[in-house]
Amino acid sequence: MAGIPHDHYEPKTSGEKWIERRLPVISLLYDTLMIPTPKNLNWMWIWGIVLTFTLVLQIVTGIVLVMHYTPHVDLAFSSVEHIMRNVNGGWALRYIHANGASLFFIAVYAHIFRNLYYGSYKAPREITWILGIIIYLLMMGTAFMGYVLPWGQMSFWGATVITGLFGAIPFVGESLQSWLLGGPAVDNATLNRFFSLHYLMPFLILGLTIAKIWSFHSTGNNNPTGVEVRRTSKAEAEADTLPFWPYFVIKDFFAMAVILLGFFAVVGFMPNYLGHPDNYIEANALATPAHIVPEWYFLPFYAILRAFTADVWIVIAANWLTGGIVDAKFFGVLAMFGAILVMAFAPWLDTSSVRSGRYRPMFKWWFWLLVVDFFLLMWLGAMPAEEPWASISLIASAYWFGYFLVILPLLGVIEKPLARPATIEEDFVAHYGETGSFAGQRLPGEKAASPAE
Amino acid sequence: MSNAEHHHSGTRRDFLYYATGGAAIVVTGAAVWPLVNQMNPSADVQALASIPVDVSGVEPGTQLTVKFLGKPVFIRRRTVEEIEAARLVDVDDLPDPYAFNANIDGTAPALDVNRSLPAFGEEETTGEWLVMVGVCTHLGCVPLGDAGDFDGWFCPCHGSHYDTAGRIRRGPAPRNLPIPVASFIDENTIQLG
Repeated sequence: MAGIPHDHYEPKTSGEKWIERRLPVISLLYDTLMIPTPKNLNWMWIWGIVLTFTLVLQIVTGIVLVMHYTPHVDLAFSSVEHIMRNVNGGWALRYIHANGASLFFIAVYAHIFRNLYYGSYKAPREITWILGIIIYLLMMGTAFMGYVLPWGQMSFWGATVITGLFGAIPFVGESLQSWLLGGPAVDNATLNRFFSLHYLMPFLILGLTIAKIWSFHSTGNNNPTGVEVRRTSKAEAEADTLPFWPYFVIKDFFAMAVILLGFFAVVGFMPNYLGHPDNYIEANALATPAHIVPEWYFLPFYAILRAFTADVWIVIAANWLTGGIVDAKFFGVLAMFGAILVMAFAPWLDTSSVRSGRYRPMFKWWFWLLVVDFFLLMWLGAMPAEEPWASISLIASAYWFGYFLVILPLLGVIEKPLARPATIEEDFVAHYGETGSFAGQRLPGEKAASPAE
Repeated sequence: MSNAEHHHSGTRRDFLYYATGGAAIVVTGAAVWPLVNQMNPSADVQALASIPVDVSGVEPGTQLTVKFLGKPVFIRRRTVEEIEAARLVDVDDLPDPYAFNANIDGTAPALDVNRSLPAFGEEETTGEWLVMVGVCTHLGCVPLGDAGDFDGWFCPCHGSHYDTAGRIRRGPAPRNLPIPVASFIDENTIQLG
């Protein structure tokens, strides 16, 4: 795999040979698990495992929650309370599932920004990156529909506002919205179909995750230097890599243990910290909560949605150019989805030949400004739609698009990158000292062993 | 491709090729359409597109809120003072100059007579009955009655003030509260839709 020279699985016993001839599943698992992995991966390379684990956690807790949940407008809210009070351990299952969504998004944002910094989206990993963006979009859809299921006030009004976005689409908007809702407003038909799709979409994500692992196992992992693993000989490849099992699995499990410690502290001691109290009031079509705020992981894009009001020049220009078809509301919807889609084009918008941000002195500043911009937008999304937040939202949204559409293309032309190490081995030696063989492998900071020891 | 080199148009094989392909497309479409169409509003939901509302218990100065097509509808029996206050307003002072009444022409001015519902048998409306969809035209919240700077409705979400005829007067909402299709079918019953 990955074109990196390495040892392949050889069936030894007659039983293994019998299976291998009929279904080469052992060799598939062996090669997947033993894939040569760049040995200089840092702690930002743990999120893939965290994401895969969280997906399984959500599917497993979700399947058992469905055994007790009732998808009907009259019963949904009380069936969730039934899970909380009566079902054995139900409170834990529900709180793990609800906070699991937050863990999922923390991990996916860390993963996305890791890829943006180290240029992991660049050739030849474009398909891996785009699969990731599609998974992220599906995650957003799944999380949104899952939030509707408890049928609280935020569930109902969140669903009303978000499906209302589709109503903003010119010409077909109204019939599209009615088709999505199964009626003129959010009601039982909406709850039932959201339940069905909420169950379906994680399995689509699972399928895409397998495709994603397949794709980056074909190209090989990126690494903090952005320098490719040498493929010219097996000895050189072995100097650049270590097998995934056990070296990276153990490292990832350690990171998982630390993250799960924090996760279960939240589940156990502050399970509603990231939720909204209004969602413990049953849905009521006749009364709106005072502040409708989406979950934290949607806030950056919600801020972009609201930033483009009718008095912004670009909205006025779009309105005039399209003869009124693109109004402020539709422009906001386009901006919100555009803010996610523009990321998918990063491999072609980034013109720099250097992959890793480590060797790009100007890029670094713009990247960290993007991270700050992301958190700023997240904060702005929770603020009321008033001044001064409206103007700041507009500037922050402009930077989000500016980073991808202007800064990434220009930097590749004007920036003078720093010298890169020739090989991963060279970078590894510079950080951790000479290794010699696997047996002599030392921990970061550990002194070199003298031959006498 | 050797096949392409020996290709002759208009042969029997060509005909079968296109006919099979065409049939496959039609059959696929026919199979997919019910799967898409099942998500459209079902018969029982559509059947509720018209409901009668008994308004015999509504006294002047009070309001009835009913759920119609999943949205709240305000049915208000206005007092003489409320009607007077609404009729004294100059249409030129209104942020939204259109009546937004589904029962009459869409470009009708937002005069109070164009917003209120004629009682049973009435030719010209006295303005006693006001029927509106209670959804703020800003972001879809439900405004509160007997509230706001114009003694009409007030939306608590982002501070839109509506007057006693449900017309937007101040705040971020762009339009007057919409008037649904409605009529008196007898002395005490309003039919919505």
